[in-house]
Amino acid sequence: MRSNTFKILLLGAAFVGASAVTASAGTLDEIKAKGFVQCGVNGTGLAGFGAPDDAGNWKGLDVDACRAVAAAVFGDPSKVKFTGLSAKERFTALQSKEIDMLARNSTNTMSRDTQLGITFTGTNYYDGQGFMVKKSLGVSSAKDLNGASVCVQSGTTTELNLADYFKSNGMTFNAVVFEKQEEADAAYDSGRCDAYTTDASGLYSIRLKMTNPDDSLVLPEIISKEPLGPAVRQGDDQWESIVRWTHYAMLIAEEFGVTQANVDEMKTSENPEVQRLLGVGEGVDFGTPVGLSKEWAYNVIKGVGNYGESFERNVGEGSPLKIARGLNALWSKGGLQYAPPIR
Amino acid sequence: MSRIETDTVFVRRDFLEPEAPPPSLGGFPGWARKNLFSSPLNIVISLLMLFVLVWTLPSLIRWLFIDAVWTGTDREACLPKNGEPVGACWAFVNAKLAQFTFGSYPADQRWRPSLVMILFFVGLAWVAIPKLPRRREGVWLMLTAFPVLTFWLLYGGLGLPVVETSNWGGLLVTLVVAITGIVASLPLGILLALGRRSKLPFIKIVSVVFIEVWRGVPLITVLFMASVMLPLFLPTGVNFDKLLRALIGVALFTGAYMAETIRGGLQAIPKGQYEGAASLGLSYWQSMRLIILPQALKIVIPGIVNSFISLFKDTSLVMIIGLYDLLGSIQRNFSDASWSTPSIAPTGLIFAAAVFWVFCFSMSRYSMYMERKLNTGHKR
Amino acid sequence: MTLRDKTADDSSRSWVRAVLYDATIRGWVFQGLVLIFLVLFSAWVIHNTAANLRAANIPFGFDFLNMRAGFDISQKPINYTLDSSHAQAFKVGLINTIILSALGIVFATIIGFVVGISRLSGNWLLARAATVYVETLRNVPLLLQLLFWYKAVLSVLPGPRQGYMLPFATNLSNRGLTMPRPIPGAGFDIVLWIVPVAVVLAWAVARWARRRQVATGQSFPVFRASLGLIIGLPLVVFLAIGAPLTFEYPELKGFNFVGGMVIHPELTAMLLGISLYTASFIAETVRAGILAVSTGQSEAAFSLGLRPSQTMRLIIVPQAMRVIIPPLTSQYLNLTKNSSLALAIGYPDLVAVFAGSTLNITGHAIEVIAITMAVYLALSLITAALMNWFNSRVALVER
Repeated sequence: MRSNTFKILLLGAAFVGASAVTASAGTLDEIKAKGFVQCGVNGTGLAGFGAPDDAGNWKGLDVDACRAVAAAVFGDPSKVKFTGLSAKERFTALQSKEIDMLARNSTNTMSRDTQLGITFTGTNYYDGQGFMVKKSLGVSSAKDLNGASVCVQSGTTTELNLADYFKSNGMTFNAVVFEKQEEADAAYDSGRCDAYTTDASGLYSIRLKMTNPDDSLVLPEIISKEPLGPAVRQGDDQWESIVRWTHYAMLIAEEFGVTQANVDEMKTSENPEVQRLLGVGEGVDFGTPVGLSKEWAYNVIKGVGNYGESFERNVGEGSPLKIARGLNALWSKGGLQYAPPIR
Repeated sequence: MSRIETDTVFVRRDFLEPEAPPPSLGGFPGWARKNLFSSPLNIVISLLMLFVLVWTLPSLIRWLFIDAVWTGTDREACLPKNGEPVGACWAFVNAKLAQFTFGSYPADQRWRPSLVMILFFVGLAWVAIPKLPRRREGVWLMLTAFPVLTFWLLYGGLGLPVVETSNWGGLLVTLVVAITGIVASLPLGILLALGRRSKLPFIKIVSVVFIEVWRGVPLITVLFMASVMLPLFLPTGVNFDKLLRALIGVALFTGAYMAETIRGGLQAIPKGQYEGAASLGLSYWQSMRLIILPQALKIVIPGIVNSFISLFKDTSLVMIIGLYDLLGSIQRNFSDASWSTPSIAPTGLIFAAAVFWVFCFSMSRYSMYMERKLNTGHKR
Repeated sequence: MTLRDKTADDSSRSWVRAVLYDATIRGWVFQGLVLIFLVLFSAWVIHNTAANLRAANIPFGFDFLNMRAGFDISQKPINYTLDSSHAQAFKVGLINTIILSALGIVFATIIGFVVGISRLSGNWLLARAATVYVETLRNVPLLLQLLFWYKAVLSVLPGPRQGYMLPFATNLSNRGLTMPRPIPGAGFDIVLWIVPVAVVLAWAVARWARRRQVATGQSFPVFRASLGLIIGLPLVVFLAIGAPLTFEYPELKGFNFVGGMVIHPELTAMLLGISLYTASFIAETVRAGILAVSTGQSEAAFSLGLRPSQTMRLIIVPQAMRVIIPPLTSQYLNLTKNSSLALAIGYPDLVAVFAGSTLNITGHAIEVIAITMAVYLALSLITAALMNWFNSRVALVER
């Protein structure tokens, strides 16, 4: 087998020519050469995370993660191109270098992190899977759902969690699986299923789309951990660090009150943490060692704001979803969002 | 003339009672008797059909037109008000028409796809209507200058702002996929058809395998392959646009069907034509180019149009791999919270069906017209 | 230059020319070039894929088929639980595809023949209705029709608790058509074994009746006799051994019916959409086939004293079939391939289960898509082979 591969390699080498050489260049160099970051986002459109508006502009928490990386690399959050991906395509798109980073409300799991050739760089939204049911069923807990038909989107961790939850609680169910979320929504809306399940953040936005949103109820149980975060290809540590620390920079900025509006004033701040974040002062340069500019984090915050601002704008009070910070509050405020220090 | 008086002659002296007039064959009663009530079985069938019509048509017309909502700016317009039933929500179609046509193509740039569509239909009419002059030049223009112009206008560059294909959508994508698919599949189909009829064994096997494999698998798996696997087949770092990948899949798939259509045309060419070409000393490619293909392609024009019809319908499948063609962009808008009512889904689907129907039906009529027209030529 | 040199030169040149312009040699050279190109091209693709997979650290292989699937499938014709493997999920999807295609082919054929013959009917209303049917359904994408039927089916049917009660403990609601499930008892196998015996007997009777008709001219009601044999014999045996069959009745427990057998609305919508769509093409095929039989044939049949139904059955249809079978084959193939659109409306066919859930969960895109394509290719080839065999049976035997 191995020797066969080598023979094929030899044969192919003549044909491939120079194209094999480029493979060794780092992701960052390639991105700098082409002038933009290619970012994979939710192609079917998930309000609040990644969806194009009527004019075709992408908006959402995941979209902001991409823009922030573009700002860190180029100092300009608009130097990013988006590829809308389905659940099926997302990981292959990353593997095949079609995109440079993936920010498509993807759950970090061990098998994805270790077996698919990709690495999750952090968690930009702590989510969990929940259920929505018709009020008329008189159900108040997910434990009452024994024997229910459940509408679910195929190929997601959701599909597997659903099965695990019912099994571990000794309940039976009937999954009605759809390729696209829109179809699952429509089937639930027309009464095909008793319950609908997806990430809790999604439940609220989907409930808004129902014919009569008030007829549906989101059950209190959260049945799984769904840490959603951006991912990059394995094997390029520099690029992985850039994507990871871009998220951290947004968290640190929120922690120290640096916002899109006051970031210029903050440059004069005496706080050494803020100075290190914004690259102020002699010899304070954390960007160059990873191939960025000294002002990389300043550019991120100037371009998209801190994490709290991005959250409020896309999924929080400033959006139709009105999701509370909950687990996604900073660690100092009882949440899970925690960034290591820049030092 | 002499008078013959014999006993055998019978002369009627009194008038017969007139017979009842035969059932009238003219007018509606006659027509109905002949066409609707000619036998007991036909009476039953006709009554049944009439019953079905009376049962469905009025409520259909009611839903489509009388109870329909024609104007409005959001879902309020199409919600049932104080118990009154609500019909089709045409206001929804009206409000989203630009999206259904262009997808999320920037509003200030929409003149570009509009211009392309107008140019296309003018060019198509020029090429397709037999009476117009200079059709040969028209075909060349449509096959050379038009695609370049279209690409420039739709994608941008050289002074025009670039519009990424991810922003294309609606009818625009449907037309781009269908037309590019059919144009790209033509040369591929010709080569494969010639290959399948070739005397060279290896060429023949390769062509047969290629054709049968692509014809044997569903388009949706081809599209999955194009969207998920194609990037893995290419050298690292080489990327294709998503729309382009779908186009490659569609072109390969259609090419296999096109090959079979063209093979039918090649087989219909009498053997004497091949022999005549050979006796003139023409080489294989010369005889194909000058003698055989011009005749064969002319015969298969209806077949090509039929392939185009099925391709046009199949473009709706790109929706499943996340491209927003006409059907896809209509379906995407079903989940727009500001319009979501029970009636928008049937309305949207009926609108999409009507658009597809108009295109496909007119093409099938054209195909039948060409068939009749071409039948007069070489038929023996 | 001497004369001798010139001829030598000429002969060597003509030898070169003979080689260059020899059709056979040219053919082989050309084929060799194509072969080299194909080998290089596939090597290039394989190399790229191998490099990409290695770079991305994705293992290539089929081990994932034995891993636990862990997802539920709504329609399980064979034993399948959450602990079953992906291979078992593949089988479920494949059987669901076959169920859908087989039922679709049956319905599409029946509807198609009825509509096709209706288009030629003397009844104006019927002929027009058939024309409208064909021209409407043929010119609208199948995917759109499927979405429409699914919405229609779901919006017409009530919830399970308000479902329509039908005879035999059958219930129709938006969860599907729920029916009692037959559970074969001891000895039921015998009944199953009787069926092929009955078929063989029916065949023997048909053969005997034909011989007798050829010899004596007396006809025998073969169709009724065969039907009686095939249905009656197993029934008699079944009753004789004490009717070893019990039924599991569906019960409304909690949200849904528990137990029994259910036809899901997804299958109903798929069948409606795919049969009606394909039938519109079959109708055109049938119409063309009947029109291809010259009117002289039916006139001759009438003059022999055959009744219209006999004329249709003995004279027209056998001749029309020759024209109908080849295009009918491609319609069956299309239907089988179109059944893959099931994933759009949640029917768990092969593409939805295997190229959907399994692909997404395991991430083995190349293996999964390759297996899926191979299965459809095999299904197509089998259907084509069966239809070709049938075609050779009905084809005109020219003397």
